[in-house]
Amino acid sequence: MIIYATEVQTINSFVRLESLKEVYGLIWIFVPIFSLVLGIITGVLVIVWLEREISAGIQQRIGPEYAGPLGILQALADGTKLLFKEDLRPSRGNTPLFSIGPSIAVISILLSYSVIPFSNHLVLADLNIGIFLWIAISSVAPIGLLMSGYGSNNKYSFLGGLRAAAQAISYEIPLTLCVLSISLLSNSLSTVDIVEAQSKYGFWGWNLWRQPIGFIIFLISSLAECERLPFDLPEAEEELIAGYQTEYSGIKFGLFYVASYLNLLISSLFVTVLYLGGWNISIPYISILELFEKDQIFGTTIGIFITLAKTYLFLFISIATRWTLPRLRMDQLLNLGWKFLLPISLGNLLLTTSFQLFSL
Amino acid sequence: MTTRKRQIKNFTSNFGPQHPAAHGVSRLVLEMNGEVVERAEPHIGSLHRGTEKLIEYKTYLQALPYSDRSDYVSMMAQEHAHSSAVEKLLNCEVPLRAQYIRVLFREITRISNHSLALTTHAMDVGALTPFLWAFEEREKLLEFYERVSGARMHASFIRPGGVAQDLPLGLCRDIDSFTQQFASRIDELEEMSTGNRIWKQRLVDIGTVTAQQAKDWGFSGVMLRGPGVCWDSRRAAPYDVHDQSDPDVPVGTRGDRYDRYCIRIEEMRQSLRIIVQCLNQMPSGMIKADDRKLCPPSRCRMKLSMESSIHHFELYTEGFSVPASSTYTAVEAPKGEFGVFLVSNGSNRPYRRKIRAPGFAHSQGLDSMSKHHMPADVVTIIGTQDIVFGEVDR
Repeated sequence: MIIYATEVQTINSFVRLESLKEVYGLIWIFVPIFSLVLGIITGVLVIVWLEREISAGIQQRIGPEYAGPLGILQALADGTKLLFKEDLRPSRGNTPLFSIGPSIAVISILLSYSVIPFSNHLVLADLNIGIFLWIAISSVAPIGLLMSGYGSNNKYSFLGGLRAAAQAISYEIPLTLCVLSISLLSNSLSTVDIVEAQSKYGFWGWNLWRQPIGFIIFLISSLAECERLPFDLPEAEEELIAGYQTEYSGIKFGLFYVASYLNLLISSLFVTVLYLGGWNISIPYISILELFEKDQIFGTTIGIFITLAKTYLFLFISIATRWTLPRLRMDQLLNLGWKFLLPISLGNLLLTTSFQLFSL
Repeated sequence: MTTRKRQIKNFTSNFGPQHPAAHGVSRLVLEMNGEVVERAEPHIGSLHRGTEKLIEYKTYLQALPYSDRSDYVSMMAQEHAHSSAVEKLLNCEVPLRAQYIRVLFREITRISNHSLALTTHAMDVGALTPFLWAFEEREKLLEFYERVSGARMHASFIRPGGVAQDLPLGLCRDIDSFTQQFASRIDELEEMSTGNRIWKQRLVDIGTVTAQQAKDWGFSGVMLRGPGVCWDSRRAAPYDVHDQSDPDVPVGTRGDRYDRYCIRIEEMRQSLRIIVQCLNQMPSGMIKADDRKLCPPSRCRMKLSMESSIHHFELYTEGFSVPASSTYTAVEAPKGEFGVFLVSNGSNRPYRRKIRAPGFAHSQGLDSMSKHHMPADVVTIIGTQDIVFGEVDR
């Protein structure tokens, strides 16, 4: 059979185009992921700056002002400094555990960002189990803390790691029960569905009004999960120096620091999504869908902006709480979680279920 | 299979000299059973500087800065103790204006000390903000120190025979404007803590001391007034012009940390009252005793008059001689009763100067106060006892 050269060339180029398309397809998977990660890291930098400025305001002083205009590059400067520090390893500690510990804490939090909707259909993975992914993956983080504490060969770190794990698992249960109540209200675990269920009636459609007790319990539990004051016992400087972070230096310590703020950001975003209506403008009679129809990019941007504005509210509350309230002792903390929040969240769940049953 | 008999030892942890909350260098060996402290053993001596030995080789005036540095947060109280002891041995009369200035600065020192002690204690408990607010106030007080003596902290201002120099112009007016705004500062501090549920949960019924225990251990000051023993050296054995100013002495009931916290806040308010009274009643007059064999003359006199020159030279080289006797003088320092036992042998140098530091007795009680509490409470008990290792170790 005679195969003409030109046909072979066209066949070859066609085949190459197909493989190129696959390659492009593969690359195109990574672009949203990287852009999300970039956005999150920028968000963390902003939160670090925010925390320093707000705490400075509360404490009657000026925050960072030398690194960049208004000190916004301060977090980058700190990160760069940490990169240049010596990477200390405890001599008789368990080095693999010691090295992997911080990474596990960060990875588990980063994975949870994939289910948060930043705007109408601007979500990395619109899973059916949505919010349950966050709950499940955030349970992996205490393992990282335990590994860090144990691998440091230091009594203080070990105590700190144990405390961190105990605190995390104690406050996961009220958190999960509140989330369960929300999903009952919205008939779905998917975050996009939860936000859309709050889009009627604008401001009054927020889950905040339908689940006031749940909101407060969620706030307290998420502060405890993030290990921020008044629950920052694992890193209480006054007792355990820095708990499980004591022996860390350089960028591994930076990872813990970043993990703490990542955790805070994702808790705030989840508060927004679950209770404050997500990306909806929330002024009655203005629907973002109309804006979205007119101009997709404009509508999406407005949605992102609104999500971030609502997130800022919770961020401000948690930062102000950190610099105002004293710290709880370990047994008081566990008492609060098991003996107070757990029965109340169970009661909340029962109430929600009975209302749902009666309304059917 | 036989089981071996093993002794179960408690988990020993070193609450070591390097610790962000150890208030100086304190080494506490904590024996813990799980998270409960069974025994807390303080190992002191990390800040021992040989103060008392060094004083034996210095004249009385050269020994004055050592008192500044024993409890380095309440400086003028110690100077007052040293100067009072020397004056008692010399049988020297301090002029009225000098007494008022001494009381004024003693109470300023008390406010400065309590604002540091309370807010570092709050920082140990976790409330990070009052620390910065109180230090802003403390900055203003240190500015008063600097204007009157030249040094922000270790002033060496209260000297045997009176005070070093007269108050500069405008200082009384500035102290007055400070007093007018300080009461609202205390209110702000209280707003953050006193009614706070978490604060009360951390402080009430922790570190309780009964009155009998306090007397047995030798506590003094706020630690003694916490359980209800009303003993204040300013009232019990008044010195200088304390019998003319009339402070109320706050006394607690339960002897726990919350009581001591409230007592310190109230003491700050009473000190404010005393300061205002002193400013109102300040007489004019001399600020040093008239005896030129004890107190140096002013510089302009020294440059004009021969005798003043000789007095200046003698006093700053050889110093004055003190008749041979001994005395124990105690003042109500902000931390408790700071006592000086001074033995002289007739020369210009003290033979022995023993310091009775309140923190020393308080740190003895640390073990009994922190039994069966958690390590979190141990940290805060050190804070409530207001221990500064400069005076414990000397």
